Amino acid sequence: MRIICPHCGERDRREFYYKGHAVALDRPAPDAGVEAWDNYVYLRENPAGNTRDLWQHEAGCGAWIVVERNTITHEITDTTWVTDAVAGDPS
Amino acid sequence: MDNLQAKSPCAGLLPLTIGKMSLNEEAPGALTSLAPYKGKQSALSKAMEGAHGVAYPGANDTSQGDGARAVWFGYGQALLIGPAADVELSTHAALVDQSDAWSVVRLNGPEVEAVLSRLVPVDVRLSVFPVGQTARSLVMHMSGSITRVDADTFEILVFRSMADTLVHDMKTAMEAIAARG
Repeated sequence: MRIICPHCGERDRREFYYKGHAVALDRPAPDAGVEAWDNYVYLRENPAGNTRDLWQHEAGCGAWIVVERNTITHEITDTTWVTDAVAGDPS
Repeated sequence: MDNLQAKSPCAGLLPLTIGKMSLNEEAPGALTSLAPYKGKQSALSKAMEGAHGVAYPGANDTSQGDGARAVWFGYGQALLIGPAADVELSTHAALVDQSDAWSVVRLNGPEVEAVLSRLVPVDVRLSVFPVGQTARSLVMHMSGSITRVDADTFEILVFRSMADTLVHDMKTAMEAIAARG
């Protein structure tokens, strides 16, 4: 498995640390209510198809990356910096 | 008072020559990490050019000045090698003196690509990794910085604490390549 880092180009999977679904980028407001927080903390989708993950290029440039991939075909369709995905502009 | 003596990270381990390849320790001078504040990268680059004659390098790139070098060192970070960083740079970036924190070695010889291919999961052939290019990647199990200095030479940095492992891994790869004749 190879992942395209927006800085470093295509790199081996062993350079990356896997965090989990990109749900962490959509943290609910503190007063969003019990249901929203229960969903955020405990409930996860298990899609057969496209999903968004957070990976860190731990042994490379260190950037956190949003990876869009397909769980059936293992195809990686898009990779972007978390800073871009959150703020819309790179720092 | 004890008479303390400064030792380099690879003291007693290098230099090393195996077959056509040699591994030498560098004495790079000061190493300072530069992390530009948000939106300050171009201001930092100008200040660097004024003080040290090197621009802030783009991703996977280096810039070479007279006695100073700047090596891209990861997301939002570059390493200034050679002189102590001008204090003026600190208005645009967070500076950290890392002079004693890294083992700096150079691998030289006609089979440099073959040796590195056993250690680094990146294509290091000259056609895709030209002189002056750098990469943050793995050196065996250590995270490091790899820079092509010339066609037959790479500069490799890993944490100082891993100097012994670095020399061991490099030596093993050099011996394996030399054994192939």
